[in-house]
Amino acid sequence: MGELIDALAVALKAGLGFQAVFLALLAIGINVQFGYTGLLNFGQIAFAMLGGYGIAISVSQWGLPFWVGVVVGLLAAVVLALLLGLPTLRLRADYLAIATIAAAEGLRLLFRSVSATPVTAGTRGLSGFNADFVALAPWDTSRQYPILGTRWSGAELWVTTVGWVLVALSCLLIWLLVRSPWGRVVKSIREDEDAVRSLGKNVYVYKMQALVLGGVLGALGGMIYALGTASANPDQYQNANTFLAYAALILGGAARVLGPVVGAMLMFFIIQFADTGLRTLIGNGVIPEDLLSATDVAQIRFVLIGLGLMLLLVFRPQGIFGDRREVMLDAR
Amino acid sequence: MLLRLLLLTLLGGLALTLAPGTAAAQTEEPTATEQVSGTLRTNVSGPVEGVEVVVTTADGTEVDTVETDENGQWAVPVPGPGQYTVTINAEDLPEGVVLTGENSRTVTVDAGRNQGVIIALSDGSREAGGGTVRWIQLLVEGLRFGLLIAMAAVGLSLIFGTTGLTNFAHGELVTIGAIAAWFINVQGGVPLIPAALIAMVIGAGVGALNELAIWRPLRRRGTGLVAALVISIGLSLLLRYLYQIIFGGGSEAYADYRGQRAVDYGPFTMTNADLASIVIALVVLLLVAVMLQRTKIGKAMRAVADNRDLAASSGINVNRVILVVWMMGGALAALGGVLLGLSDEVQWDMGFRLLLLMFAGVTLGGLGTAYGALVGSVVVGVFVQMSTLVIPNDVKYVGGLLLLIVILIVRPQGILGSRVRVG
Repeated sequence: MGELIDALAVALKAGLGFQAVFLALLAIGINVQFGYTGLLNFGQIAFAMLGGYGIAISVSQWGLPFWVGVVVGLLAAVVLALLLGLPTLRLRADYLAIATIAAAEGLRLLFRSVSATPVTAGTRGLSGFNADFVALAPWDTSRQYPILGTRWSGAELWVTTVGWVLVALSCLLIWLLVRSPWGRVVKSIREDEDAVRSLGKNVYVYKMQALVLGGVLGALGGMIYALGTASANPDQYQNANTFLAYAALILGGAARVLGPVVGAMLMFFIIQFADTGLRTLIGNGVIPEDLLSATDVAQIRFVLIGLGLMLLLVFRPQGIFGDRREVMLDAR
Repeated sequence: MLLRLLLLTLLGGLALTLAPGTAAAQTEEPTATEQVSGTLRTNVSGPVEGVEVVVTTADGTEVDTVETDENGQWAVPVPGPGQYTVTINAEDLPEGVVLTGENSRTVTVDAGRNQGVIIALSDGSREAGGGTVRWIQLLVEGLRFGLLIAMAAVGLSLIFGTTGLTNFAHGELVTIGAIAAWFINVQGGVPLIPAALIAMVIGAGVGALNELAIWRPLRRRGTGLVAALVISIGLSLLLRYLYQIIFGGGSEAYADYRGQRAVDYGPFTMTNADLASIVIALVVLLLVAVMLQRTKIGKAMRAVADNRDLAASSGINVNRVILVVWMMGGALAALGGVLLGLSDEVQWDMGFRLLLLMFAGVTLGGLGTAYGALVGSVVVGVFVQMSTLVIPNDVKYVGGLLLLIVILIVRPQGILGSRVRVG
């Protein structure tokens, strides 16, 4: 019983921690693109990587102040969105999907390559760039704080707090945007692009704006992640994370302001609970070691995400809060 | 990681020793004690056995001396984090294999890390061949790689053409072929050629299962194409990590045909296994082309891909054609996986890494056309290999992915695609 409560506490921490913020911001970005506008961005993690590395490279390689790093990360995300959007937004939805996933994988390979090592430090990654940020915390960051049965370090608590504030602000922004004329145009693009075009709207520009906005939100997520882990390593930004965010978005409900946030929290809670639970069961010998070893547990989470994503789309594409009629699930 | 490094350096001309194998593959679970390790091999003559490796601390005290095993691997546990110098005895190298640079490397070992050490070797037989021209060598290797991509991509393109599905789980069909053949070959002791045939049957079976268990019911439910695409991503994640649990995160070679020496053909050199895989790929693709062109089912496939409703109304059993496409695609992808595993070793995510190049090939050739996928994939393979003439080896995939984006700007319908502007 005690172990169950422990597992719940650990899972709760994960559901509220900076990883959940990271996922939530990625998913909010995808919500703008996929949920409201109907764009398939499968390279969201690349935006996060640019955000994280924007800070990491600026601060620890170039010695620039922290805030400059934030600006660099955001600018890099905008540039990537423009580069990807220019050729593909006029084409069918799956072209954007292929181009974005290719860009994300390509960028990751580039960042971890030997030739990029002088800038990105290759597979070793960068660290030691969050001191300025942590110093902004209004409390003592070297202490440990017990909250809800788990211990949080002061720095972790600070990153998480800032992260949730960012999430709240993003949600407010999205809420205002989708109620505005801009939001109505974007939603109509999702429903029927040709109709919008015939009303004289420049569909291309609206799609591009959605892509950039979503990418910037993804970059913010990447920054929180890099600050939370205090390191930036290309292999933290695997493609699977993009699909983790998709799963979170669809779980919570696409085209709903709070859908991605609830989805991300739930997702991390479930993953961490399954993780800790499985490890405990293996440790207790309830699950025999040769059926599933403790090292396999890390992979199980992706198996579960894949399965969950499939089942959700087949049986409940609108997720928890969504409206079935509003979920863009048809190709154009 | 080992594999990826290997793969990336494979064509570089220089053969390489490969090292951070364990380092990257196992970063999640650091070893309890620090060690340095590596693999001595060249991509032409394979692993180098029996070379003395001496590890010393920064102040020159010897830690240990070991010899590389039959896989060219060596590992030395070190007393703690710090700087170590790894030196190999160049006199132990077999004839024809020479050092590319220094015979020693100094590395820093972090706490709990298994630090890989790369000592670059090159196969002297290549220089000995005289007429070796680098661009011809790369062209030939690119052709081999492109034909592998093509074999896997034909199915991807035909599935797209007949059902409209952008199948992100197609790479997993490639991996299943490679892994199935590995289990049959290495664990089961069956020679590789029958093992590859069984793997193709398994691939066809998995393809059929895909269609019957997932995609046909979903089409019947009227699931949209975007939903189907996301479902295929879910399937891809599910299978990929399942493979990792079953197969492990490392890379493994088949029991047969390993460590072959390259044969000199004048302007280029190539192992017999690579030559065989080119021939096999050519023959198989030719058979596919003949089938598409001459047989009834082949014509039906092209008809369905061209216009599904028209095909159905002229009496073609569309569902049966789609099933055959899936089985054929699965078998071809599995064979491609075996051949890729033969040249680059088997790894749990090999298919997913190939997937993006398949997309590049298919997009270049024209989504949905069978011949387009062939032409496009070969072009992509050659482009990726030849690009190492100007860009470093470990970013050559980036070049391939950039090509994909450029194609989308210049000619989104591809070389052989029809000029329909969509969106």
